[in-house]
Amino acid sequence: MSTADRWLLPDGIEEVLPPQARGVEQLRRHLLDDFDRWGYDFVIPPALEYLDSLLTGTARDLDLQTFKVTDQLSGRLMGLSADTTPQTARIDAHSWAQEGVSRLCYCRTVFHAKAASILAGRTPTQIGAELYGESGAGADIEIISLMLNTLQQAGLQDLHLDLGHVGIFKAFAEKAQLSNVAEEKLFALLKVKCSTDLDAWAEEYLSDAALTQAFKAIVRLQGGMDVLDQVAEQLAPVVPEVTDIIKHLKQVCQVIATRYKVPMYFDFTDLRGYNYHTGLVFAAYVPGYGDAIAQGGRYNETGAVFGRARPATGFSADLKVLAQLGRFATTQASIVKAPAPYGQSQEQELLDLIAELRANGKRVEVQLSGELPTSGARVELKGGQWKLIESN
Amino acid sequence: MTQQPLTIALSKGRILDDTLPLLAEANIHPAEDISKSRKLIFDTNHDHIKLLVIRAADVPTYVEYGAADLGISGKDVLMEFNSENLYEPLDLKIATCRLMTAALKGAVLPEGRLKVATKFVDVTKRYFAEQGRQIDIIKLYGGMELAPIVGLADLIVDIVDTGKTLVANGLEPRDHMAYISSRLVVGKAAMKVKHAQIQPIIDQMSAAVSRQEEKRQEEKRQQEEAGQ
Repeated sequence: MSTADRWLLPDGIEEVLPPQARGVEQLRRHLLDDFDRWGYDFVIPPALEYLDSLLTGTARDLDLQTFKVTDQLSGRLMGLSADTTPQTARIDAHSWAQEGVSRLCYCRTVFHAKAASILAGRTPTQIGAELYGESGAGADIEIISLMLNTLQQAGLQDLHLDLGHVGIFKAFAEKAQLSNVAEEKLFALLKVKCSTDLDAWAEEYLSDAALTQAFKAIVRLQGGMDVLDQVAEQLAPVVPEVTDIIKHLKQVCQVIATRYKVPMYFDFTDLRGYNYHTGLVFAAYVPGYGDAIAQGGRYNETGAVFGRARPATGFSADLKVLAQLGRFATTQASIVKAPAPYGQSQEQELLDLIAELRANGKRVEVQLSGELPTSGARVELKGGQWKLIESN
Repeated sequence: MTQQPLTIALSKGRILDDTLPLLAEANIHPAEDISKSRKLIFDTNHDHIKLLVIRAADVPTYVEYGAADLGISGKDVLMEFNSENLYEPLDLKIATCRLMTAALKGAVLPEGRLKVATKFVDVTKRYFAEQGRQIDIIKLYGGMELAPIVGLADLIVDIVDTGKTLVANGLEPRDHMAYISSRLVVGKAAMKVKHAQIQPIIDQMSAAVSRQEEKRQEEKRQQEEAGQ
């Protein structure tokens, strides 16, 4: 590296500069205060811990995303946290194992060896909330509400809510007794959703006509709330579990629909975090941005590897993306210029006035060299006393 | 319902001529003759729909960033781009060809590491990894057929239409890696946010593709009958 490019940051690694950094930090404080008002306790998990803890059985999807280093003390592999959720699951299961419902929230930088998408950086500031110990619709409603509330607080407009439930596809895959090869091929096809290729897959791997019909229904039925009844009707004969799942989804969505004016879109083939999630999954989108701005869902099994499986749901977002896309009103304290408080007459009085102004929320910028400006708010020696001059 | 703005990215060149009739079936017509203009963005008969005319290889990038909601792109480009955030709901069955390996006619491939010349670097790496074969990639941007002739590579991976270029250069097709055609692509986020507007376009284009396919089959049947 030469001096000419020593300033270069690695691909996908960003720094936030003034005035944007002020906006990001004010938003962070605002949202964390809001989480606190919703009853969520703040946790600060370590940035670095043993890889075995970060990549639990259900969080294996994170493997390629995790930076790894060797711990010189133990010889074990450690990872830089790429997602806070498995860490909060560990905290809930072991370090801070509360009885009943437990609510945790966090905001910190996570590290991605490979960016999560073309739009994402490799050091997102992950902000999120997790709710443990409750499996009912109430918990799903609370966490989706908190996500939408968070996005609204961040000044995001025209939100769209995307919903799914991995239980439907899991029940179908079990019923169809798919081989590993068939499942792998299907996952690849579902990522791109080409109807021709999916039909060809069904013809090759599904011998049963009823299963084929159910499969086509899952693949084709996407859209607003009206698809829920159709999914239930067309899948129930083959996958009876779907009836309860759709009932649960409708219960959650009807409540959300009355509280938030957000269009909803249902897709049961979006298998994001399929190995990790266990139930209702959701994400929020805004027009003009090619990726989800917040996402989450149920992950009831993650705590098991730490000794306590608990019902769990939560959501997270990248604070920097929220600050960039939202219209959060950043505040700026009024600025007062003051002479440097050394070598001045009545220095203690000047120091006291500066301290008082700062205590009252003013931003006092000490003039280290040069003359003080003659306009704008400033501290001047008038009649033998240091005084705040508001303007000309 | 208020119509949200919708941007469709089209690939320049030969694909464009086959694409416009399919868009017309979805009642989307450019406001001016694209082939006679040097513009890159075009209005249509709908106030809220715009068309971008860009290089085929750039279409997935525009759609994934959300700069375009839909796009039309070759499967070869999409395979190389390998995005997690693009749907390909419709095979347009136009600009069809094959992605193939090819070598000098009758050449016996060496044991061990193969030298493969291609512009489809990632697709080629994945394909040979699946075959359990270690290769060295030589990235070229065109004229792939030359590489085996001058000893630069043992094999090439390229798009093959009629195969005449291969034959003219003393090469022969070997493995058929993938069927290639143009696909309608939709950004994952666009699909979720603008589903009510995008789904009818997919449905209408799908119906048009089916009609064209039936017509092609009928013509083929008639040609076969005439030949008998």
